[in-house]
Amino acid sequence: MEHIELFFKSIFIDNMVFATFLGMCSYLAVSKKVSTAVGLGAAVIFVLAVTVPLNWLLDQYILKEGALVWLGPEYAEYDLSFLSFIMFIATIATMVQLVEIIVEKFSPSLYNSLGIFLPLIAVNCAILGGSLFMQSREIPSLGLAFTYGIGSGIGWFLAILAIAAIREKIRYSSVPPALRGLGITFIITGLMAIGFMSFGGMLTGGDDEKKEEKKPAVEAKVEKEEVKETANKVVAKNTNTNQE
Amino acid sequence: MGLLSKKDAVLITDPLLDNNPITIQVLGICSALAITAELKASIVMAVSVMFVLGLGNVVISLMRNIIPSKIRIIVQLVVVATLVIIVDLVLKAFAYELSKTLSVFVGLIITNCIIMGRFEAFALGNGPWRSFLDGIGNAVGYGLILVAVGFFRELLGSGTLLGFKVLGDPIEKTGLYAIGYENNGFMLLSPMALIVVGIIIWVQRTKNKSLIEEN
Repeated sequence: MEHIELFFKSIFIDNMVFATFLGMCSYLAVSKKVSTAVGLGAAVIFVLAVTVPLNWLLDQYILKEGALVWLGPEYAEYDLSFLSFIMFIATIATMVQLVEIIVEKFSPSLYNSLGIFLPLIAVNCAILGGSLFMQSREIPSLGLAFTYGIGSGIGWFLAILAIAAIREKIRYSSVPPALRGLGITFIITGLMAIGFMSFGGMLTGGDDEKKEEKKPAVEAKVEKEEVKETANKVVAKNTNTNQE
Repeated sequence: MGLLSKKDAVLITDPLLDNNPITIQVLGICSALAITAELKASIVMAVSVMFVLGLGNVVISLMRNIIPSKIRIIVQLVVVATLVIIVDLVLKAFAYELSKTLSVFVGLIITNCIIMGRFEAFALGNGPWRSFLDGIGNAVGYGLILVAVGFFRELLGSGTLLGFKVLGDPIEKTGLYAIGYENNGFMLLSPMALIVVGIIIWVQRTKNKSLIEEN
């Protein structure tokens, strides 16, 4: 259950692009065509799904205060968390290099169309941001870290796909000259972010509240059915009178 | 001729308007948007970026002839990460509250594209002094937009600037609030940052027609 909750939360409520503005640079630069946007989005999902759990392990067993205790009790006092930036970015840079090699081998066309943007995934804030948020939100287990990575990757993918589709269409509309290109993209993203804010109500409230709400919901259903029946009768009557 | 020759002065003035990192080069947007709900946070962010970009540009420029081009990204990341750790520790020591508000966004200076972008585009091909000027110029251009966005969002969103109540007290109904003015709480939410930047771009390109893009 908590996996599903975290999954949808990271896609919709804490969407990387719309809620925290991570990965905006490549989001703006690569969103001119849907096909390249899909390629980059897929690469981001993959890299996030690998690096977040990896960095979770690093954080848990090397960086956290007292994390080195598995080496022996005398290491319990070490706190290496000031090194986390450099460790995380090193993991990410290595992983990105790996993805680049794999993509070049298996899909040269994708490799050509992504061009210089693949190395830029290393400096995509969405990737490092995923790991840093994982650390600051204290995600408790490796499985959840994986879910979080995949979820936020999919959220980013959805965002770039949506904006690329809109930008392909907007080419045919008459935008004020000064807003063309970058300006209108910003404003559209702002409007989409307002739209995504409506997902905020989706998972709020603890389990206790949900249990309390269930009973009235059943009663409400019964009432609704009654209302429906009476409504049907009224409709039937009306049609009768019309026929008469 | 003073400290700066004409050619060098361009390096500082150009990124302020006509080649602004945020509105024209489209670099470093992530952090520009997320932390601008308050003016104070935007200023601190701008200063941190100035420190990292200025020093980082010098370091990379000094090492530009000995870095093998294949691993340059990793070298650059290590340099930035080191500088950012310094900033982070300084903030934690002297401005703890503020470093809590900025949370992960200090760390995200590492992946701020403006920094890698300037390393790649400038520091790898120029001497240390010119790289330093370029770094400072771009950081100031970046800071300008940040401060502008932070100014409007804090003023319209909570009626304060740097925490001072410039528009009067909303609870005791003094100042502007006496005649029925209300704060626009929406300005504090994240989507408005995007729209404010969009409007800044709009204004800038209306003033300078040569910047207008083809669709």
